[in-house]
Amino acid sequence: MLSKEEILKVATLARIGVSDEDVEKYQHDLSEILDYFKQLDEVDVAGVEPIGHITGMQNKFRNDDAVDFGKMGKDEIMKNAPEVKGEYIKVKSVL
Amino acid sequence: MIRDLHKKLINKEITSVELTEQYFAEIEKADKEIGAYLTLTKELAMQQAKFVDEKIAKGEKIDLIEGIPCAIKDNICMDGVRMTVASKILDSYISPYDATVIKKLKDCGAVILGKTNLDEFAMGSSTENSAYQISKNPVDTLRVAGGSSGGSVAAVAAKEAVWSLGTDTGGSIRQPASFCGVVGLKPTYGRVSRSGAVAMASSLDQIGPIANTVEDCAIILSRIAGQDLLDATSAKSGDKNFEDYLNGEIAGKTIGVPKEYLEGLDGEIKIIFDASLEKFKKLGAKVEEISLPHSKYALATYYIIMTSEVSSNLAKFDGIKFGLRVNDELDSKGQSSALPKKLIETYLDTRRIGFGDEVKRRIMLGTYALSAGYYDAYYLKAQKVRALIRKDFENAYKKVDFIFSPTAPEVSFKIGEKTKDPLKMYLSDIYTITANLAGVPAISFPIGAIATEGKDLPVGGQLMGKWFDEEGLLNMAHTWEIK
Repeated sequence: MLSKEEILKVATLARIGVSDEDVEKYQHDLSEILDYFKQLDEVDVAGVEPIGHITGMQNKFRNDDAVDFGKMGKDEIMKNAPEVKGEYIKVKSVL
Repeated sequence: MIRDLHKKLINKEITSVELTEQYFAEIEKADKEIGAYLTLTKELAMQQAKFVDEKIAKGEKIDLIEGIPCAIKDNICMDGVRMTVASKILDSYISPYDATVIKKLKDCGAVILGKTNLDEFAMGSSTENSAYQISKNPVDTLRVAGGSSGGSVAAVAAKEAVWSLGTDTGGSIRQPASFCGVVGLKPTYGRVSRSGAVAMASSLDQIGPIANTVEDCAIILSRIAGQDLLDATSAKSGDKNFEDYLNGEIAGKTIGVPKEYLEGLDGEIKIIFDASLEKFKKLGAKVEEISLPHSKYALATYYIIMTSEVSSNLAKFDGIKFGLRVNDELDSKGQSSALPKKLIETYLDTRRIGFGDEVKRRIMLGTYALSAGYYDAYYLKAQKVRALIRKDFENAYKKVDFIFSPTAPEVSFKIGEKTKDPLKMYLSDIYTITANLAGVPAISFPIGAIATEGKDLPVGGQLMGKWFDEEGLLNMAHTWEIK
């Protein structure tokens, strides 16, 4: 069973706020599912390459050219911002 | 159905505006009960319909899907249209651009009626995880439409759209199609651009068509497929019209039935499945038993990979640049109420309140699986098992052309009832998730129905094909359907 500390650590990594009830629920739910995952221990994967891309494609690169889109889409994007001040999106202080 | 409507349009038996109005009238009448739609785009649709009618009046040639009303799952961006992904975290979000598939559909003149309901962030199998509403099965409205593309499927099954688009990460097009008695296709991974579809699990997601017939799905696929600079995982596609490959000839094709899939499959579905195999044989196909030995590990593999990728993809929903931001002065019940709230609390509170339980559960699971100390044991291991699962399919396809099974081991279940049989829960996913893990194309089409409490609940059959052999796959399903 995952400990409360482990759940709090994961919740902080995931940036999801949790109450004490939530922590208990996750302890139970996650432990149950992680137990199920243990069956993969049975599988012999010696020498098996992890599959990165399912249809065998390799990385494709485009030219490292900048494209200037000007003001295209700017209004639409700013419309979705929760809090705006002038041309900027307002957030809590970062530092 | 698309070809018939197309003929009616070009023969001027009906106008696109009339057709579109008919569909909106049906939505007005039926959708309060069915709950397929989250947002209607009436103005856009009428504008599109009018434009098509003008083209027809001028004697201009129109595309097969031009002027025909469709619906789009609400996790695919449409410029200027509200997109919720069935989550409160995007309740008032307006997409600032068109997804690539939407651009393509608009270029073909499709008439878009609205955005359909889904399980929140496409996580679920019934739409019961939607933050807004449950989509009912039009065959029996006490039962679920399935998920996560339940809204898109219900719209087609309830005649509230001629066809629709869904997305499929572990079966989300095929399972609801099976439950509601329509056709749903998950293309080969990379066949259709994912640019503009809200990413759930990037190595598993595909956009696909849902329609009344296999031919309709083929027609739509032709118009949404193709390599896209905006999706580096999209593959080069010869400009195929998949509908041109539906010749009704399948003699000599071989179908494999995985023995692992038949273990524990219950009574009535097995009877229907066996009968559908007999039909394939009568049409000239050869049927043989095959083995996909790593099938039993598919579910664990899927859940580790999917939740890991989900935890990464949903990190962008943080209340900063778009979507819900929990105004912590008012709403947060965090601990430091006496002090000015810090940035991290914007994240913690927004995501705690904005995401539903299933979404949070999967993010937590994925975060754990990817965290330091666990990455090798879970994600890396799962990727290796996935390579073995893919090898199973490669080996199978050396012997057979297609793989056939029921789409789901159950018919649509009642709203609120979740199947308590653990074996069924296991089996209910192995039929569909393996196609996403291996990347192969898969289609669900109706093969029968089971009379239950006065309703004939549909049963779907799932055909899987070789990578990028949608033409062969569609022809097999089409031939079964029409003969």
